[in-house]
Amino acid sequence: MNAFFAFINSSVGKKILMSLTGIFLCTFLVEHLAGNLLLLKKDGGEAFDAYAHFMGGNPIVRTLEIGLFAIILIHIINGTFIWFSNRRARDKRYASYKLEENTTFQSRMMAVSASLVFVFLVVHLAKFWVPARILGEQNLSSLVYATFRQTFFVVFYLVALVVLSYHLRHGFQSAFQTLGWKTKRYGGLIEFIAVLFWLVIPIGFAIIPLYIYFYGGSAVAMMR
Amino acid sequence: MKIHLKVWRQKDQNDGGRFVDYTASNVSPDMSFLEMLDIVNIDLVKKGETPIAFDHDCREGICGSCGMMINGRAHGPGRGIATCQLHMRSFQDGDSVVIEPWRAAAFPVLKDLMIDRTSFDRIMQAGGYTSAKTGGIPDGNAILIPKPVADEAFDAAACIGCGACVAACPNSSAMLFVSAKVSQLALLPQGQAERTTRVQRMIAQMDEEKFGACSNTYACEAECPKQISVTHIARLNREFIAAQF
Repeated sequence: MNAFFAFINSSVGKKILMSLTGIFLCTFLVEHLAGNLLLLKKDGGEAFDAYAHFMGGNPIVRTLEIGLFAIILIHIINGTFIWFSNRRARDKRYASYKLEENTTFQSRMMAVSASLVFVFLVVHLAKFWVPARILGEQNLSSLVYATFRQTFFVVFYLVALVVLSYHLRHGFQSAFQTLGWKTKRYGGLIEFIAVLFWLVIPIGFAIIPLYIYFYGGSAVAMMR
Repeated sequence: MKIHLKVWRQKDQNDGGRFVDYTASNVSPDMSFLEMLDIVNIDLVKKGETPIAFDHDCREGICGSCGMMINGRAHGPGRGIATCQLHMRSFQDGDSVVIEPWRAAAFPVLKDLMIDRTSFDRIMQAGGYTSAKTGGIPDGNAILIPKPVADEAFDAAACIGCGACVAACPNSSAMLFVSAKVSQLALLPQGQAERTTRVQRMIAQMDEEKFGACSNTYACEAECPKQISVTHIARLNREFIAAQF
């Protein structure tokens, strides 16, 4: 058997693929947040629309976007495969099983949080990505401002960010354990960097809908 | 003390199995959990019933034979102990206790609480050895090994192969067991000759036996009677990645 195929087909290889794709998706969150923070600029959305226009038109960015979608798919499909084979590994359930006494909430909830993040992703893409990339919406900032003046979407996004935060709280440090980097020497550093991903970045994303809902919405609309 | 037991009874591998209720009377708090089961079995034999089958040998926490799921915890409540080291003082008079065998596709139940752990043996046969000819008994300190390295290898070597890691894991993963065995040999000079093939073969055999993949919940570390650290799993992953190049 081909050595690479054997590697990627092994349980540890599948986990390594999971961690590498997961870490890539984490780096995407940094870029996504940096761009979105332009929505907080009091210029009627001009800077954000310019950024959205650049992202939609630049061929390098569009190529990277295909890669991003591919990695999201690999992360989902590979994760599903691992989940199914892990379920098969315990053919008969325990009558009494106190996993909660030995593990963290977020580590037990990875499949649940992953599924919820996927639901969010579908809604999120339908709400913003499809109008921007397919329907040719030129004024994306107005769409964002209009969306986050609706209580439903603000609550939906905040709940999704809490779920994402739980997913990353386990996932980020877990990825480095799978890559073998979570040693006694680097364990503390990884936990420290992890705070950026499970706390700082979700809060950063949460600020945008909250700001538009409570302060920005009407003022920005009037500026136009 | 009086303890109400709900014990998994299964005649053989083909039997579906069921829970049966027993009451253990006159239980002393100083008894070990296995001694409590011995008392129950004496009563069963007197009544002409088949005693509850369970694995045990040294009864001092070093052989790795005993092991059962007690109230949803591998080796019962408490940390760093095997079932034989669990004492009845950990329970209250009148408590209900559910006793089940380890549950994993790779550990089929043979009878009652006894399981077939030969999947671990096959993983060991796949690579958990050194085939270097070591000759006669060498002098102590003939091969110098730094103390921290020796300590780390010894911590891994403390694994008694009881299977609690698999039993406690939500994925029935054997990663803590395999990592302890790989780690121990990867750290020592005697293990270097087969370092790359060992990790690949042992992981291939682990997958072959249908153990699950690690999702880093660390339930294994929490239930390990020898408190083997998940840093060994990180080392196993490093060894596996390094073996690809």
